[in-house]
Formats: sequence, C-alpha cells, structure tokens
Amino acid sequence: MIYTYILVMAATTYLIRMLPLVIFRKEIKNKYIIRFLSYVPFACLTAMTVPSIFYSTGTVLSAALGFAVAIILGYRKKSLPVVALFACLTVFIAQLLGL
Amino acid sequence: MKSFIQGLKDSIPIAIGYFSVSFTFGIMAAGFGISPLTAGALSLFNVTSAGQFAGITLFAVGSSYFELFVTQLVINLRYALMSLTLTQKLAPEVTVAQRFVMAYGVTDEIFAVAVTKDRPVTFPYMLGLEWFPILSWTLGTVAGGVANNLLPASIQSALGIALYGMFVAIVLPPASESFSVLFVVILAVILSCAFYYLPVLNAVSSGFSIIICTVVSAGIGALLFPARFEEQGS
Repeated sequence: MIYTYILVMAATTYLIRMLPLVIFRKEIKNKYIIRFLSYVPFACLTAMTVPSIFYSTGTVLSAALGFAVAIILGYRKKSLPVVALFACLTVFIAQLLGL
Repeated sequence: MKSFIQGLKDSIPIAIGYFSVSFTFGIMAAGFGISPLTAGALSLFNVTSAGQFAGITLFAVGSSYFELFVTQLVINLRYALMSLTLTQKLAPEVTVAQRFVMAYGVTDEIFAVAVTKDRPVTFPYMLGLEWFPILSWTLGTVAGGVANNLLPASIQSALGIALYGMFVAIVLPPASESFSVLFVVILAVILSCAFYYLPVLNAVSSGFSIIICTVVSAGIGALLFPARFEEQGS
C-alpha cells in the first residue's frame, strides 16, 4: 500500500532530521568537532555530486559537458537556478547534437 | 519578520531548482503508476530527493517495510550530520519546540544555505527559508505527474542534471575562495570516485559511501585547517 510506504519513509526521515537538533542543544566546545562540522556541507554535497552527475542524463558525454558549464558558472558565483538551468540546456543541446 | 523575509529571499533559487528536480520525480512516480496527487503527498511529507527516488523504486518492486526503513535510514543519515552541524549555528533564543518544527525542512540545499551564512540562524529565518522550497517541491511533483507523457524524452533526460547543478552552485563559490574548502572538496571527489569505481569499495551502498566520504574528507580537513567559521572571523 503506497500510503503506508509514504508514512514509513516520512517518519524515518523526520526522526533522522529531528533527533540531533533536539538532543544537541549546547554549544560544542571541542575545537576539532567544530572544524569538522564546518566542512561537512562541502564534503557531503561533493560526494553526492561526483561521480553520480556523469550518469544523471542520457549519455556520459552530455552530462560531462553540463557539469563543465555548471563548474564555470558556479565559479563565477551565478545563482542556483541559473547554474542548474544552463547545465540542463547544455545537456539538451549536446543530446540534440547526438553527443 | 525581517529575518523571515531574508530567509524567503534566500530560498527562491532553491525553490526554482526544486521545481525542476521534483518535476522529474513526478514523471518517474507516474511511470510506476502512482497518481500525481499521491506523488505530491509523498513529496510534501518527505522532502528528500535521493530518499524518494529510492523509496518509489522499492515500492515498484514490492519491498518490505523493513527494507524501506533501512534504505531510508542509510540514504538519509547524512541529514543527521547536517542537523548536528546546524545546532552549532543556531541563535541562542531558538526553543526546543522550534527545533521540532525546523527539523522538517532540513534538506541538502536548505541546510547548506543556512549554515554557510555568517550570521547565527534564527527560527523566523529557517521558516522563511523552508516553506517555499517545500511548496515548490510538492507542486513540481504534481506537475511532473500530470505532464508525464507530454514531455519529450530529451527534455526529461536534460532535467536529470538540475539537482547536481544546484550542488555545484553551492560548493564552487566557497571552494574558489578558500583553500581549505577546495582541499576538502577535492578529497571528497577522490574518495567518492574510489567508492564508485574500485572493486570491493563499490559494494558499499551509495548512502553509506556518501557518509564515509563526508566524514573522512571533512575529518581530514579539520585536522589540517582551522574551521571555516573561524577563517571568516565570525
């Protein structure tokens, strides 16, 4: 039953997000842990992106071109939707060209 | 009110990106015979990308609830690390009840935008940051489900990269400014590729491999460099 699936998924996911927020209410004093946590967002998003991005479209080459465009625009500090849109457009055009 | 509006402003790029990604999710759900409204409810109650894609794949093959629970736990465990990181950026006046509420919308992008700000994170700011992307994520799913067969395969395929494009847009600016962030990013790329391509290591599920890559590369970065917050002097 799809609704039970949704319920199990939603409850699991909410607990994972909620427990650390509610349990850890004090400022962490340990310098090493603070440093560690400050790098978590970049490490995590990067690990999710590479190499999965290469297999996110129809062909590896089109995805690689889209990735290259995203890197150039991201480096120039373009906003999230702009980078995402141009990555998609690049993939679309690359696939039209049969790449 | 001011920080609510600031949150809302910061959330607009996320919301736009979410629409295109959840649109793809809606198409996939429709392919598995899930109605657009049901898929929309799934998105509204979960607000996870990878977790939802895995969840409906398990639904399609009729997996047990236990398998579903374990898969969600592994894929989404990174949120625990994000929530823990978020606790260290919260303004002191944030209450426990407010923590229960804001936990609902801790996604990869919302978390990243919130903690990479120089200021402490307040409750109104998080509310402003969360509600619009959640709405957009839900509506995008319904739209994707409705549009299912109207969209050519070439466009569907091109939308597949949208989520990753957003990740790149979040990571690149700080990585180009700070050597320590760049170092951690390169380390994460190397480790993540090792877990994807090397024998033995590639037997590790993608959820666990994300956590291992995160912990190891952020851990080594922390050994070698001061905290990013300290660097910025805040």
